[in-house]
Amino acid sequence: MDFAGLFAQLLNGIQYGLLLFLIASGLTLIFGVMGIINLAHGSLFMVGAYTAFVVTSLTGSLWLALPAGIVGGIVLGLLLERFLFRYFYHREHLDQVLLTFALILLFEEARSLLVGNEFYSVPIPAMLDFSVPITSGFSYSAYRFAVIGICLLLAALMFLWIERTRIGAIIRAAAEKPEMVDILGIDARRIHLIVFAVGTALALMAGVLAAPLYSVYPNMGDGFLIISFVVVVIGGLGSVSGAFWSALLIGLVDTLGKAYVPVVAGLAVYVLMAVVLLWRPSGLFGARSA
Amino acid sequence: MAIRKAKGVSRRGVLKGAAAVTALSAVPTGWAIAQKRPLKIGLMLPYSGTYAKLGENITYGVEMVIAEKGGKLGGREVELIKLDDESKPELAPQNADRLVKRDQVDVLIGTVHSGVQMGIHRVVRESGTLTIIPNAGNVAITRELCARNVYRASFSNWQPAYGIGLAAGKKGYKRGIWVSWDYAAGVESCEGFKQGLEEQGGTFVDFLKLPFPQTNFQPLLAQIPGLEVDIVGAFFAGGGAVQFVKEYAAAGLKAPLCGNGFLTEGTLQAQGEAAEGIETALHYGDGLDNPKNIAFRKAFLEKAGREADVYAVQGYDSAQLLAIGLEAVNGDIEDEENLHKALENAKIDSPRGPMAMSPSHEVIHNMYLRKVTNGQNKVIGIAAEQLADPGTGCKMT
Repeated sequence: MDFAGLFAQLLNGIQYGLLLFLIASGLTLIFGVMGIINLAHGSLFMVGAYTAFVVTSLTGSLWLALPAGIVGGIVLGLLLERFLFRYFYHREHLDQVLLTFALILLFEEARSLLVGNEFYSVPIPAMLDFSVPITSGFSYSAYRFAVIGICLLLAALMFLWIERTRIGAIIRAAAEKPEMVDILGIDARRIHLIVFAVGTALALMAGVLAAPLYSVYPNMGDGFLIISFVVVVIGGLGSVSGAFWSALLIGLVDTLGKAYVPVVAGLAVYVLMAVVLLWRPSGLFGARSA
Repeated sequence: MAIRKAKGVSRRGVLKGAAAVTALSAVPTGWAIAQKRPLKIGLMLPYSGTYAKLGENITYGVEMVIAEKGGKLGGREVELIKLDDESKPELAPQNADRLVKRDQVDVLIGTVHSGVQMGIHRVVRESGTLTIIPNAGNVAITRELCARNVYRASFSNWQPAYGIGLAAGKKGYKRGIWVSWDYAAGVESCEGFKQGLEEQGGTFVDFLKLPFPQTNFQPLLAQIPGLEVDIVGAFFAGGGAVQFVKEYAAAGLKAPLCGNGFLTEGTLQAQGEAAEGIETALHYGDGLDNPKNIAFRKAFLEKAGREADVYAVQGYDSAQLLAIGLEAVNGDIEDEENLHKALENAKIDSPRGPMAMSPSHEVIHNMYLRKVTNGQNKVIGIAAEQLADPGTGCKMT
């Protein structure tokens, strides 16, 4: 066994998992609180990545793309919730799926018109464009360490917000017992706006951070969306801490699978999902059943 | 009702017309018909999407040859019919069908994407339309699926990778791996590299792959130290190549990186410092100083307003090959025997150097060894001289 290689793969798995967490946490919150399966969540991730590409090519700095992603994400989330999603909470799932699928097509078409269909790489910011030797023959990009750090910071903030603030308590309550929140006379509309804006901003952030690692290309959100759904299902619908641990688990299983048993790599995470669902049908941290 | 009636009448009319044409064509010689109408050349290429620029450059190359010959090929006026294949394999059979059946092209030049090529191949193998491939390199086209009416003027996926495998083995590297996307071009180039390396006494250790067009290279790169190799070969193109070369450099691996030429083709500016010193093999290189290339690059720059690349050369050579065939039969494309004889024996003075056709209708050409020096793919030698594809399994009928 090559332990140095294993160490590098663990880092890769953690970094991938943390990025998945940023996407999946928004997805799980939006599903938990509003009951919407947002297929367009992957497109929001794509919007973030293309924001990084556009901002970096215009200004030469990825750091400016981070605030652009946060602000743009919040604004986009508010607009989507206020003018579209709000009218779909009480409709059937099929209507919701049609709406979010249409959004995928719209986002992709907008991407095609505004930026084009090329495959672009996004440069790593100059101050992080160096490598740290972690074993004698392998170095790890400083930017990847930075991504791990930023994701952990965001996860900690999310945790504090959800677990330690009043609004977090309301969101948790809304995810677990929506009727209760209604009975208490809390303005659900405001909660919906906040949750949607935060979820969208997180997806855009994930896109911005991912752009230098994975490049930007048409339909790049699709793969991430599907794997994020797996994360949400394993973690338990509506549970942010569930999404955190399950994202790390998926990141590690997928990366180690690709590295050590490439034959089954594509299947590994889905087998894991099936096993978890048989063992705990509501996911690892879920209150409601999937 | 009225519509249906009208349709019936027109169909009968068409049939009558067709019968008349058939009857007529039986009387005079082919030469006489050839003078009657311009030769229709269908250009089925990507004019939108990721490969749009490749399609454009190929088209410019084709148009340059026609212009050089005074607008005529084999003494016959030429009409170009352009069709955007969008690089979509699922649309390929119907697009090819449109050119062959509706537009009734005499020649089809296409395409870039190898999946689309398979669609074209299915159609033209049946219709027998003379087809010249200006890029797509899938080996099956000139191996088990080879066809008498299909010629390739670009390369086979196997060729450049075999060239670099050979060069790596000759340099004394003993243990090598190949890294690529898990699709036809990736797998076929891997076979070439393996064969080249093994022929020089090296050992091929592993093929590391990931799904197209993903760029999550880290899980692959982190495996490399454990494999204890002294050379790593790779095939990626476009944005994927930029990303891979940069991450490879950042990973600080001991084994040098080499590859098939597309790894550093049109990407050097974005790859910057990370690409310096990488050796690749391809049938073209910057600054090949044969007179044909110098003249070609100058003319292309004037026409297109940008520097020529390997795709422009391939388009140019596709039309050069066609011109040789048509000149031999004075534009009478129906004279299949003499046409194919001329095409099969064609010796082409290409910007890439001398070029000929193999019995399986694959191009025979030099694989140049290039080294990235100061942001240019500088030709430092020939990795394989006048290399032909093995053409395994090709039975020409």
